Amino acid sequence: MFTNKRKLRWLALGAVATGALASAPVPAQEVVKIGLIVPMTGGQASTGKQIDNAVKLYMQQHGDTVAGKKIEVILKDDATLPDNTKRLAQELIVNEKVNIIAGFGITPSAFAAAPLATQAKVPEVVMAAGTSSITEKSPYVVRTSFTLGQSSTIIADWAVKNGIKKVATLTSDYAPGNDALKFFKEHFTAGGGQIVEEVKTPLANPDFAPFLQRMKDAKPDAMFVFVPAGQGGNFMKQYAERGLDKAGIKVIGPGDVTDDDLLKDMGDAAIGTVTAHIYSAAHPSEKNKEFVAAYKKAFHQRPGFMAVGGYDGMHLIYAALQKTGGKADGDSLIAAMKGMAWESPRGPISIDPETRDIIQNVYIRKVEKVDGELYNVEFETFKNVKDPGKTKK
Amino acid sequence: MATSSDVGRIARAHASWHWSEIAFWCLALACGFAFPSRYLIMTDIVRLGLFALSLDLILGYAGIVSLGHAAFFGIGAYSAGLLALHGVITEPVLALLVAGLAATVIGFLTSFLVIRGVDLTRLMVTLGIALLLEALAERYSDITGGTDGLQGIVMAPVLGLFEFDIFGRTGFFYALIVLFLLFLIARRVVHSPFGLSLRAIKNNPLRAAAIGVPVNRRLIAVYTLASFYAGIAGALFTQTTQLASLDVFSFERSADLMLVLVIGGTGYLYGGLIGAVVFRMLQEFFSTITPEYWQFWIGLVLVVIVLVGRARLHRWVLLVPNWISRQLSGRKAAVAIPESEA
Amino acid sequence: MTSILTNLFDGVAYGMLLFVLACGLAVTLGLMNFVNLAHGAFAMAGGYICAVLVNGQGWPFFAALPFAFIGSGLIGAAFERGLYRHLYTRSHLDQVLFSIGLVFMSVAAVDYFMGSSRVFINLPSALEGQFDAFGVGIGRYRLMIIVICGLLTALLQLILAKTRFGSRLRAAVDDPRAASGLGINVPQVFAFTFAFGCGLAGLGGALSAEVLGLDPYFPLKFMIYFLIVVTVGGSSSITGPFLASLLLGIGDVAGKYYVPKMGPFVIYTIMIVILIWRPNGLFGRTAAR
Repeated sequence: MFTNKRKLRWLALGAVATGALASAPVPAQEVVKIGLIVPMTGGQASTGKQIDNAVKLYMQQHGDTVAGKKIEVILKDDATLPDNTKRLAQELIVNEKVNIIAGFGITPSAFAAAPLATQAKVPEVVMAAGTSSITEKSPYVVRTSFTLGQSSTIIADWAVKNGIKKVATLTSDYAPGNDALKFFKEHFTAGGGQIVEEVKTPLANPDFAPFLQRMKDAKPDAMFVFVPAGQGGNFMKQYAERGLDKAGIKVIGPGDVTDDDLLKDMGDAAIGTVTAHIYSAAHPSEKNKEFVAAYKKAFHQRPGFMAVGGYDGMHLIYAALQKTGGKADGDSLIAAMKGMAWESPRGPISIDPETRDIIQNVYIRKVEKVDGELYNVEFETFKNVKDPGKTKK
Repeated sequence: MATSSDVGRIARAHASWHWSEIAFWCLALACGFAFPSRYLIMTDIVRLGLFALSLDLILGYAGIVSLGHAAFFGIGAYSAGLLALHGVITEPVLALLVAGLAATVIGFLTSFLVIRGVDLTRLMVTLGIALLLEALAERYSDITGGTDGLQGIVMAPVLGLFEFDIFGRTGFFYALIVLFLLFLIARRVVHSPFGLSLRAIKNNPLRAAAIGVPVNRRLIAVYTLASFYAGIAGALFTQTTQLASLDVFSFERSADLMLVLVIGGTGYLYGGLIGAVVFRMLQEFFSTITPEYWQFWIGLVLVVIVLVGRARLHRWVLLVPNWISRQLSGRKAAVAIPESEA
Repeated sequence: MTSILTNLFDGVAYGMLLFVLACGLAVTLGLMNFVNLAHGAFAMAGGYICAVLVNGQGWPFFAALPFAFIGSGLIGAAFERGLYRHLYTRSHLDQVLFSIGLVFMSVAAVDYFMGSSRVFINLPSALEGQFDAFGVGIGRYRLMIIVICGLLTALLQLILAKTRFGSRLRAAVDDPRAASGLGINVPQVFAFTFAFGCGLAGLGGALSAEVLGLDPYFPLKFMIYFLIVVTVGGSSSITGPFLASLLLGIGDVAGKYYVPKMGPFVIYTIMIVILIWRPNGLFGRTAAR
């Protein structure tokens, strides 16, 4: 039966909606609010969790008050969807009146939030995404992670120097992967190397086997690999299974593929992989040993480079607030952040005053067994590397 | 037995506007003024509502199940994005229509594949089409921007008058007006003889064919219409967020859509809109409490909805309104949700 | 030439794995007419059971495999008795809503207890690497998959065709009322079949951790593949899904190898073409459900 009287049903629903929509009043400016937007669910969840953990750890260690202001972090899950990121950033800025937005697991998310940062004059601290051009999207973007260019150019130069002639490349088909490929290719071919095979894998990709078979059939000296954080483990497993290690094809690349987060379980096939990267849990400094110990104690896991990005991002925010004496408007914060230099668990780092991008050491590391566990052991250091995506211009 | 004049009278009675519907739209408009700080999520709800309305047209009225409705959403989204990005059509309303028409063309072409087969086949064919388009969009990343999406979309003011602002105010009212206009058309369509013939097909295609309804042609027509609606929803998405990336085609988007519509109830046009409100509110509510594990609670709600039974739940929701309306009208009011399953 | 054979081998292994993962769904969907989108959750359960036993408790891999089967089977049985059986008669939309809800819950629960990173199962070294047979690279692990899954398939076929339980099941599916009139305990047969299907999925989940990767999003990621196997294969027998799995596996591997940029395109095109050509699947019954 189909009656015409669906009375007041709408009103009842409306009442429910009203209750849910009304947001609580925002307290005045004694607190500095940081909106942390990271993927906590979905394929990139491990990135978000590392960052969240590191932020919590930093606040545990350094207290929640800086320059007389209480720091409050509001965590939001964007599920790796850029439109979510944008909406959450907008709501945090408009409703919660956050002073800083931070996080951003993937490049499109960081891109999506950039116009808002400009419009609202809110600093955007990028703790993970690694595409070179992000910092150019808004004068309020600051990065504490890294760019793919930094590590890719260095590993390319290293490969040329160490007699690697023919390389096959396997990169994820999205902005950071394409960046990595571009910078590697430029430096590697300029040094006389040859790219014999080029494969781009889709971002969401369950099975590397066919791609690896292609690599194997191309018979290169080494393969250059970039896969996003979290996929490195699966890649290494299949690399071993396909017998590429036995065929003498070494893996080189930016350090994402041997992410500390997963390295422990990758198996012995990973031994000998040479990568260039900005952080290793085995970095031999006091600061890092403390950091790794504290992180392990709190979360029963080894911190990866994503965690360090989050940790340093928090440090940058704290230090900037200290410098401004608690002034939390976007322009003063950004001014304070420019040129900031400090000792991070990964080594000495600073923020480039011109590009607001990070300047840091890049280390060449080899996977080795230390006390029965796999670690990236650093054996060569390139000091104060700027993002090559910008120095060229 | 109802004579033909009776049928006409009943159909006309159903087609007339009920005061509760007017109240619904007034309320939606009022929300726009009552919550100036929540325009974005409300815009999101409006978009989702329009998208669900589109699915309701084929699922609720014609009984075509689809797990790939995001295909048209995506076509609309990318069309609108590309139009704006390359400055082909900068005026949003016109671009919206063009994007909707682009989706309509694809909808018309694929409708021939979809009307064949039974439920499960249709489910998979529609899903396959959406995934195929997603793969295409990924393949031709020089046009679509691939996984990174279209970057740098800037929208011109609506009708040259209303600028899209950071608070999402223009976006919300723009989306709401589009939704309302399209809703009016949909309402007109489903109460027309065409709409009635769709119901006949849904109830029993063989019998419908026997009384002279051109089954396939009607299904193609409604599928094409629904794809237009979905395309508009997608275009609205791009225009109000200034983003378009591969996930507009994703399976999750289609699956969420199905959940939204089923929660709200199929076959009375408001189901999608109500479902959109409920679903997004739940999501927002849970993910505020626990950003990591909100999926668990959403899942639990879905399971409970089914176990308790949707019909029973709707009855509970209506208990109070029913009681009030009984008091008001002094009559025995039988409020029920006309619902039928696909 | 050798690369063709290697690809074929990989494709067959992948397909076999998909079959073991999905054949339980073929039974629930095809025979019991229940849209169980949560099928992958049972596979995931098996994978995690195996991972916990091997990595946490130090069990050997082959000893843990049967427990992945038994554990998922028991979980499946519990869910069938507790929840699913109440929903057999409900509409497909209700079933979709319900099973998607279960998937969401399982994803979040596993994330909570096991973390969101990918889990790897420690394998015996005998299963690692590749060996050459007549110049064709054969992965040891994939070979094992083919052997185990091949045996299982043969066993399934035997059970369905030759045993008393098989004939009961077929009777219960063809006409539940007549079957119960003949003294067959139909609910029991269904419950057992459901649990068995879940057990197989669990075993598949344990086997697939190495190849497909095991993380909390497993049920969502592979839901589409399972559905493709079942719809393309049709539901009248297990031969259909078996062939569909092989086709999908080989198509996927070959597509990625030969046209890396168009990989996913190949599979979906094949699926659509087949469904247009035979709407009830390769071996479908004519009766429309």
